[in-house]
Amino acid sequence: MTQSAAAEMAVADTFPKLLLQHARVRPNRVAIREKDLGIWQSWTWSEAADEVRWLACGLAARGFRRGMNLAIVGDNRPRLYWAFAAAQALGGVPVPIYQDSVSQEILFVLDNAEVRFAIVEDQEQVDKLLELLPQAPNLELICYDDPRGLRNYAQPQLIPYDELRIAGREFDEKNPGFFLREVDAGSAGDICVILYTSGTTGKPKGVCHTHRSFIAAASGDVSFDRFTEDESVLSYLPMAWVGDHLFSYAQAMVAGFTVNCPESSETVMTDLREIGPTYYFAPPRVFENLLTQVMIRMDDAARLKKWLFHYFMNVARRCGAEILDGTPVPIVARLQYLLGDLLVYGPLRNVLGMSRVRVAYTGGAAIGPDLHRFYRSIGINLKQLYGQTETAVYVCKQPDGEAKLDSVGQPLPGVELKVAASGEVLVRTPGMLKEYYKRPDATVESITPDGYFMTGDAGFFDDDGHLKIIDRAKDVGKLDDGTLFAPQFLENKLKFFPYVKEAVCFGDRRDMVCAFVNIDVQAVGNWAEKLGLAYAGYVDLASKPQVYELIASCVEKVNADLAREPHLSGSQIRRFLILHKELDADDDELTRTRKVRRGFIGEKYAPLVSALYGGAHSCRIETQVRFEDGRTGTVRAEVRVCDVKAGSYAAKAA
Amino acid sequence: MAASANNKADRKGSGVTRTLGEPIISVDNISLSFGGVNALSGVSFHVRRREVLAIIGPNGAGKSSLLNVINGVYHPSEGTVTYKGLTQHQMRPHQAASRGIARTFQNIALFKGMTVLDNIMTGRTLKMHAGFLWQCLYLGKARREEIEHRMKVEGIIDFLQIESIRKTPVGRLPYGLQKRVELGRALAAEPDLLLLDEPMAGMNVEEKQDMCRFILDVNDEFGTTIVLIEHDMGVVMDICDRIVVLDYGRKIGDGTPEEIRSNKEVIDAYLGVAH
Repeated sequence: MTQSAAAEMAVADTFPKLLLQHARVRPNRVAIREKDLGIWQSWTWSEAADEVRWLACGLAARGFRRGMNLAIVGDNRPRLYWAFAAAQALGGVPVPIYQDSVSQEILFVLDNAEVRFAIVEDQEQVDKLLELLPQAPNLELICYDDPRGLRNYAQPQLIPYDELRIAGREFDEKNPGFFLREVDAGSAGDICVILYTSGTTGKPKGVCHTHRSFIAAASGDVSFDRFTEDESVLSYLPMAWVGDHLFSYAQAMVAGFTVNCPESSETVMTDLREIGPTYYFAPPRVFENLLTQVMIRMDDAARLKKWLFHYFMNVARRCGAEILDGTPVPIVARLQYLLGDLLVYGPLRNVLGMSRVRVAYTGGAAIGPDLHRFYRSIGINLKQLYGQTETAVYVCKQPDGEAKLDSVGQPLPGVELKVAASGEVLVRTPGMLKEYYKRPDATVESITPDGYFMTGDAGFFDDDGHLKIIDRAKDVGKLDDGTLFAPQFLENKLKFFPYVKEAVCFGDRRDMVCAFVNIDVQAVGNWAEKLGLAYAGYVDLASKPQVYELIASCVEKVNADLAREPHLSGSQIRRFLILHKELDADDDELTRTRKVRRGFIGEKYAPLVSALYGGAHSCRIETQVRFEDGRTGTVRAEVRVCDVKAGSYAAKAA
Repeated sequence: MAASANNKADRKGSGVTRTLGEPIISVDNISLSFGGVNALSGVSFHVRRREVLAIIGPNGAGKSSLLNVINGVYHPSEGTVTYKGLTQHQMRPHQAASRGIARTFQNIALFKGMTVLDNIMTGRTLKMHAGFLWQCLYLGKARREEIEHRMKVEGIIDFLQIESIRKTPVGRLPYGLQKRVELGRALAAEPDLLLLDEPMAGMNVEEKQDMCRFILDVNDEFGTTIVLIEHDMGVVMDICDRIVVLDYGRKIGDGTPEEIRSNKEVIDAYLGVAH
């Protein structure tokens, strides 16, 4: 970068200014790609800046003004990313909404953020908004990207993106200085985005970030991992999630790298392979799914291939992670690994679309140690990070070469971190939120007078100064005998088994720990197929005695593991049952980011909980379920309860 | 029914009123027999441009035979078919295809070993003009054509939302998707008249809903006239502008879903009533 460009960097204190700067500094580098009609279409930084300019002018022509909020709903599309910049350019605030939200959830945001303008992807989202019109009469403009199926819609609020873009161009020609004036009027202290948190409890809260906080967090990340304009990322995570916003928008804007939008949500794997990103970010469940798919396919492979795979995976397990970390490894092992890389790991990385990955991150939930080690051992630099929506995910990251399996890493530069007496982790970070939108009470509650954000997570530092998170602070409870009970910690241990999809543990103020388990239909189904076990569907499979035995063995392993941890050995799982239905966000049992809502589930399945603690061996239950199209139905089942042995270490201790 | 009302079709739920055009095809007094069996006897009806018309009837009523007469696979022993103003006693299948009639089959007739993309590409064969040699060399006109056709095919893939299976061999796909691919191949010919033989047979509820959506979208977006055979009465009543009822090779009903629902003869013959 030249001297003058570096100077400009300092001046660019808002995202629209950054965009214009890239359009000047690297006009012909690719800013964003989208696969359309089977071909990757590219837009350079200067083209992207033009698109943003026209969209912003189009919005302005329709009355969008400084201080207004712009709702954005849809899959990752270039035009929707431009909508972020366009709103910011006008001094407005983009408010992304999860694309799979049901109408009521959208209504809450529309209402709370007083949304009058919305940009959405397609007919599906348009239908949802139109349905809400009577309750949200302020909505005056709905712009849609994909006109398919919308030909005959005559609502005056609707406008296709292309038309708005043309209107914007005309407006721009008539008012040549307008766009730049508006961009210049923006300052670092302005709110740049409102991200609604999924809300494990209560209504969602809108987290307001300023340009300053988000740019600080993104620049911190960029310098920590030395990201350059040569990185390429695939943006496939919900745009309303802080992770995607940071990684596909903020970091890309700061570092000037290329963002790639997949063709559709079903083609992500293919697109990943085609793009070969250099930097990859995914929640643990994505890595888990990938591994499950690999394992299932390996199971069906020919004998020789299977043998090769398992032989070299053993080699990798012994020394792969060490080689990646740069620790000394015997020369023989190193040679074996080299051969393995040629025959197995390299091709495997290629199949996973990670041949070029330099840095991969996971976060948002705990990742299983085996899973983490697997990816590292085949040469993928997978690291954990820790952060919240409120801190722009700028708190902790594992440095290269120090990716410990059970910690979330060290505080990032500029971050101050301390653990309160209650065990809660408190943080002061450059990426700190400004406030909760229209919720001064919540803002005061979650930020201490000396400026620390209360994360709500319970954790501690290990001897190397790495942070370990065990659970949500408020969820950490006590058994009747005073033993510490960290439900999420137990649930995660269970979920690390491929057969367990979800788990819900109970035990606070009770005499023992019991669990609900959701089996993973794909993994258990495959296992059942091998045994020649016939089943009709989830409900049938979940009630098979053999499946109960399988899960019981998993629970026993968890117990044995817990027995080794001194302060958690008392919280071993004594009884469990396999739920007759899969927990689903549509039934409010999970949040949109797939976190279990323990309290709600406990109330909803109260008869099952009492069966667990009442000593019963089975229980009849009838449950309402909501299908994807909004209809409801009922599932009836007889659910068995299974007892589990406590781990042997505990038995010795007692 | 008054003529003016007949020009408009109001589709349930969509609140959209479409204007139907002139008849695109008229079948006049068609009879067809195989040996001693009269598959069709004296059937007459017409289909208007942009209409979605269903042919229903019990098994063996002659529904598929009627489709086969329309696109020239069978030649009727009596009667004429008037398509786009040209009256013919019989038409050959390739003539039908080149004049804008495309169809799908009751038992899927795709190339199982070929990918979805290639299968849909075959639907454009009639529109390819480059010579064999040029195609082999992939030069000049052949190359330009290939790119142009691929664009169209990708448009269809996008339309039917099957991007994720673009490169999958058709034989590996579930039945519902194969049906969708077959629809895609028919669409690749850019037909004016689309004949669908039981497009929803053997599908589950969700697949049926998807297929209904696609049929209506095709009709909407491309203005394609659609004639379909279907057994699911719910589907037929929902998506069709008009219904023709056959029984033992005779036409026993012809009208809007409401009219058919209250037609005594149809109820007796088709929906089943104790005599």
